[in-house]
Amino acid sequence: MPDSLRRTWALSRKEFYQIVRDPSSILVAFVLPLILIFIFGYGLNLDTARMRIGLVVLDQSTEASRLASAFAGSPFIDLVPLDRASDAARAITAGAVRGFVVIQSDFSARLKRGDTAAVQVVTDGSDPNMAAFVSAYVQGVWAHWLDVRDAELGLPAQAGIAIEPRFWYNPAAISRFFLVPGSIVLIMTVIGALLTSLVVAREWERGTMEALLSTPITRREFLLSKLIPYYLLGMASMSVCWIASVTLLGMPFRGSLWALWGVTTLYLAVALGGGLLVSSVLRNQFNAAQAALNIAFLPAVMLSGFVFEISSMPAPVRAVTYLFPARYFVSSMQTLFLAGNVPRILLVNCLYLFAAAAVLIGATAYFTKRRLD
Amino acid sequence: MLHRLLTLIRKELLAQLRDPRSRRLLIMPILLQLLVFPFAATMEVKNNVLAVHNLDSGSASTELLQRFAQTRAFPQMVFLNSDAQVRTAVDEQQAMLVLQIPSDFSRNLATGGPAQLQAIIDGRRSNAAQVAFGYVQTIVDGFAAERGGRIPSRLEARNWFNPNLDSKWFLLPSLVAVITTLGCLIVTAMSVAREREQGTFEQLLVSPLTPAVIMVGKAVPALLIAVVQASIILSAAVFAYRIPFQGVVALLYLAIVMYGLALVGIGLLISSVSATQQQAFLGVFGFVMPAILLSGFISPIENMPEPLRSATWINPVRHFLVIARGLYLKGFDAQLVWTNAWPLLVIALLTLSLAYVFFKRRTQ
Repeated sequence: MPDSLRRTWALSRKEFYQIVRDPSSILVAFVLPLILIFIFGYGLNLDTARMRIGLVVLDQSTEASRLASAFAGSPFIDLVPLDRASDAARAITAGAVRGFVVIQSDFSARLKRGDTAAVQVVTDGSDPNMAAFVSAYVQGVWAHWLDVRDAELGLPAQAGIAIEPRFWYNPAAISRFFLVPGSIVLIMTVIGALLTSLVVAREWERGTMEALLSTPITRREFLLSKLIPYYLLGMASMSVCWIASVTLLGMPFRGSLWALWGVTTLYLAVALGGGLLVSSVLRNQFNAAQAALNIAFLPAVMLSGFVFEISSMPAPVRAVTYLFPARYFVSSMQTLFLAGNVPRILLVNCLYLFAAAAVLIGATAYFTKRRLD
Repeated sequence: MLHRLLTLIRKELLAQLRDPRSRRLLIMPILLQLLVFPFAATMEVKNNVLAVHNLDSGSASTELLQRFAQTRAFPQMVFLNSDAQVRTAVDEQQAMLVLQIPSDFSRNLATGGPAQLQAIIDGRRSNAAQVAFGYVQTIVDGFAAERGGRIPSRLEARNWFNPNLDSKWFLLPSLVAVITTLGCLIVTAMSVAREREQGTFEQLLVSPLTPAVIMVGKAVPALLIAVVQASIILSAAVFAYRIPFQGVVALLYLAIVMYGLALVGIGLLISSVSATQQQAFLGVFGFVMPAILLSGFISPIENMPEPLRSATWINPVRHFLVIARGLYLKGFDAQLVWTNAWPLLVIALLTLSLAYVFFKRRTQ
C-alpha cells in the first residue's frame, strides 16, 4: 500500500507541475472565470432596457402630438423621430430601430369613434425576445395615455385588477443573479471535461502512455493521479468564482458552503470522468477536444436550463436534457445561491450526479484496462 | 508556385479529413445540434405549472381561473390551500408562478373598487418567470376589460421578418454564425499547433514554401470546412425547418468567406502564441466564449454598458450575426451587407498580417 500511495503521489505531482507550468490551464481556471463573471455581471442584461423605437406621426392633431410626447417621455424608449413610413421600413431593416409606431393621418378622427386601428405598431421579429419587449413597451405607453385622456375627459376611471408581482429569492428580478450560477457551471465544465479530455489523449499521442504501461503502476493509481490534480484545480477555480460572485457582483449565497462543496465535488467527478473517458477512447487530442466540446460543453450551454427554460422545451428534448449532468448542477447552483439548502432539490440532483460519476469513471477504468492489458 | 500551393492544400485537407473519426466529428455533432438546439433555445414559456392559492369564494375568481385553464403557457393548474404549501411549491420548483387571490377579490370587483392579486414568482428563473408573468397580466387585463365593458385598449403589433415570433427563426441563422465560428477556429488553431507539437512545422518552414503560402495552405481547408458546415445548417433551416430565406444566397456565401478569413486570422494568431494543442484549444476557447456572449446572440448589444459596447466592434461574431440574420430574415441588399461586412475585412487584414509577421519571424 505505501508503494501504491507513493506512485500515486509521484504521478499526481508530475501532473500538478504540468498544470502549473502551462499558462493555458491557468488561463482557463483563473483568468477565464474572472472574464466570464465580469461579462455576466456587467455585459449581459436580459432585463428590460431602453430600446430604440421609431415614431412616424402623420396626423397634425393635438391628440397625436400628445401621444407622441407620451412616447418621448417613456423611460424605456429611445425615440427616433422619422418622417415617412418608408424611412421606418429602412431603419427597421438596417437594425437602427427595434420597432416603430405610425400614428396614421386619421388617428384623431378614428379615436373619436372609439377605434384604435389608426396606430400601427411594427416590431423587428428577427429577434423575438426584443420584439416582445417592444410590443409591451408600446402597449404600456398607450394604456397610460388612454387613462390620462379618460381622466381629462372626465370619464370614470376603469376598475382594473392590479397584480402585484413578488419575485422570491431575487426581489429585483436581476438576470445576473441567475446567470452567474449558470456561468460557474460552464467554467467547471471547461476545466473538468475539456482540459482533461486533452490530457490523456496527449499521453497517447506522444507515446508517454506506452512508457507508463511499462511501469508497475495500476489502473486505479493511474486514474487517481489524473483525477486528483484536476479536481484540486477545479476546486481552486470554484473558490475564485465564489469569492468573485459574492464580493464583486454582490451575489447572495443562501445555501451552505458544505453543500456547495459536495455538489461541486460530484459534478467535477462527472466532468473529469467524461473528459478522461473520451480521451482514452479517442486517443487523439483534436478528436477528444471536439467530442468533449459537443457532449459536455454545448449541452451545458443549451440544455441545462442556464439560459433556456427546460420546461418550455418539447417533450423529446426535455427527455434529452436529463442525460446531461450540467442540468442538475445548474439547478443546484441556482438554488444554493438564491434559495438556500432546499433538501429535496439538492438530494435529487446529487443522486443523479453520483450515478453519472460512477458510470463515467467506471467506463474510463474499463477502457483503460483494455488498453493496458 | 501554384502547383506547390495546391499540393500543400491537398496535404492539409488530407491531414484534416483522412481519419474517418475526425470527419465524423466535424459533421455528426452539427446534425445532432440541428435536431435539438432549435427546439431547446426557446424564449417562449409553455408547459408550466400554475399554482393557485385562492382565498376567495366568490364567482369572479372562478371565472378568472377558467381563463387560465385555456392557455398554452399553463396547461396544468395546481390548487394550494395554505401559505406553507405555497412556500414548498416555490422552494421545490413545483410551480413557476403562484397566483394568490385574496378573500375580498370578488367583493371588490362587484362593488367597482380596485381589486388586487398577487403573483409569487420563482426568482431563480426570473427571465422565464417574467415572461410567464407577462402572460398572466395579459389574461387578467383582458378579464378586467371585459368585465368593465370598455373597448379593450390593446394595440395589435405586427411582427416583421418573423410574423409569429418563432424563436427557431431567430436561432437557425444565428447557429450559422455560432457553429462555424467554433469549427473554423479550432481547425485553424489546432492544425498549426499539432504540427508544432509534432515538430513537422519546422520542416514546413525550411521547405521552399514561403510563409504566405503556408498560411494560405492552412486557411483554405478551414474556409472550406466553414463553408460546408454553414451549408449544412442553411439547408436544414430552409428545407427541414422551412424558414424562408429572404436574401441573395451568393451574398451570404461572400459574407461567410469574409467572416472565415477573419476567423482564420484569429486562429492563426492564437496558434502563433501556443506551443501545444492544449494551449491552442484552450486559447480558442478563451476567445470564443466571450466573443459569442458579447455578440448579441444572447443579449442585445445596446443593453451593454458603454466601453464594452464599443469594444464589441472588434468581435467578428457580432458583425456576422447581423449579416446572417439580416440576409436570411430581412433580405439585406448588397449595401447593407457591406455596411456590416467591412469591419470583418479590417479584422481579417489585421489578424492575418500579425500572423504573417509571426510566421516570417520564425523562418529567419
